[in-house]
Amino acid sequence: MELIWQGIVKALELVFGGDREVWAITWLSLKISGSATLISLLLGIPLGIVLALTRFPGRAVGAALVNTGMGLPPVVVGLFISIGLWRSGPLGFLELIYTPVAMVVAQVVIALPIVAGLTMASFQSLDPNLALQLLGIGASKLQVLWLLCKEARLSLLAAVMAGFGGVISEVGASMMVGGNIRGQTRVLTTATVLETGKGNFDVAIALGLILLALCFALNLFLTHIQQRGQMRWPRLS
Amino acid sequence: MIDKRIAAQFFVALVLTLAGASTAWSGEPKSVILSTTTSTQDTGLLDVLVPLFERQSGYTVKVISVGTGQALALAAKGDADVALVHAPRLEKQYVADGKLLNRRLVMYNDFVIIGPKADPARIKASKAAVSAMQLIAQAKSRFVSRGDNSGTHTLEKSLWKEVRIDPKGDWYIEAGLGMAATLGIANERNAYTITDRGTYLALQKRLMLPILIEGDRALLNIYSVMEVNPANGPRINRAGGKALADFMVSPQAQSLIKTFGVEKFGEPLFVPVAGKREEELGV
Repeated sequence: MELIWQGIVKALELVFGGDREVWAITWLSLKISGSATLISLLLGIPLGIVLALTRFPGRAVGAALVNTGMGLPPVVVGLFISIGLWRSGPLGFLELIYTPVAMVVAQVVIALPIVAGLTMASFQSLDPNLALQLLGIGASKLQVLWLLCKEARLSLLAAVMAGFGGVISEVGASMMVGGNIRGQTRVLTTATVLETGKGNFDVAIALGLILLALCFALNLFLTHIQQRGQMRWPRLS
Repeated sequence: MIDKRIAAQFFVALVLTLAGASTAWSGEPKSVILSTTTSTQDTGLLDVLVPLFERQSGYTVKVISVGTGQALALAAKGDADVALVHAPRLEKQYVADGKLLNRRLVMYNDFVIIGPKADPARIKASKAAVSAMQLIAQAKSRFVSRGDNSGTHTLEKSLWKEVRIDPKGDWYIEAGLGMAATLGIANERNAYTITDRGTYLALQKRLMLPILIEGDRALLNIYSVMEVNPANGPRINRAGGKALADFMVSPQAQSLIKTFGVEKFGEPLFVPVAGKREEELGV
């Protein structure tokens, strides 16, 4: 117990004492996982919508692949991306291994199926008649799509949170493709592993608490957006 | 309209992330990849040496800290420019195969065998590392192995080989982790293990296991630096690798190594030996 207390004290010290390295690590974690989530949204939402609303041969296989990908183990992603990006690998000429870009790539692979899968599920739970009615009153296809997105926004925001939560808390892939290099690719999760390994448990706990606080703050913000304008349920009791 | 506001807020959040992302990385200066063992990082030695080298040379160093086995394999594939490791027998093999060049000694310390205070296998009196291993195996006392082909693991395996024991069974725990994490397991399970003295001293305040065997020649732990043969791959930074290797054996780095750890642990963690040959160390 005393250890946890020490960790809390240390966390406050690091955050408010203006420890530059900790701030830099926190900021880098946000940048990498934020970009990865953003890219996953740009690719994953259209993919999910296509899988949910259209019919084409192979759609079922595609949907199953996306659903499987939602549970992709980060270390496996890390391993394959490392093999591809190593200087000796097929994409070695890009010189991306051990850079933040490589970490973003790995995190996109992890978050994309989560975003696409949740988008697909949320669109499939919409009433198909809604689209027909909208078309019937003269809405264009794009307008219908936009209105459907609005209708599904609660689930879409859940997809954002799940995608971001999946990558900011991920350590295996970041460690492998980033290398946990001080000042370059060290993020909150890999730094926590390192400090635990060094026996600096107070610093490790502090980093863990910062990560938790960060996730909580972001989710608080997104949940706030999500819950606004939410219809009230009638009393059921 | 609430919906419009929500959309606007969402958009602002996205733009902020994107703006952050674009400043995350800009053009990278020339970098050197150093593949090394966990002990050089876990003790904090590289945190002292690397920034100094970066300031002096203008190179950015990417330290990839893994077990010695993996560090050598990465270098042999051309995925690193220079290697700082501690498994002489393995290293000589790589040098003989032409994968690594110009092996130079940097520093040494020693391995120690630590274990429960009560010493259930009674190894303390034996003084020699090999007989200690034999006693541990005979008593089937818990022993935690790195199990990761690291320098420490290589030494452990050579000790088992010498006493012709193939360690197997419930008592033999293969951690598959770095030195510091392995020490943590040995401590929690109250088991014997082999560790380099540097990492042991760095973690001493967290450990309840005393040193039981030390000072045996067989436990000498020698660190060498090697450059990667440019023929191993297309993108090797030969000049950078050589610059970092030269720095490791330079008088300046050697004098930093000599005093590293005195302030924190009361004794140095490594002994600098640049320019010496192994025979002079009595191996």
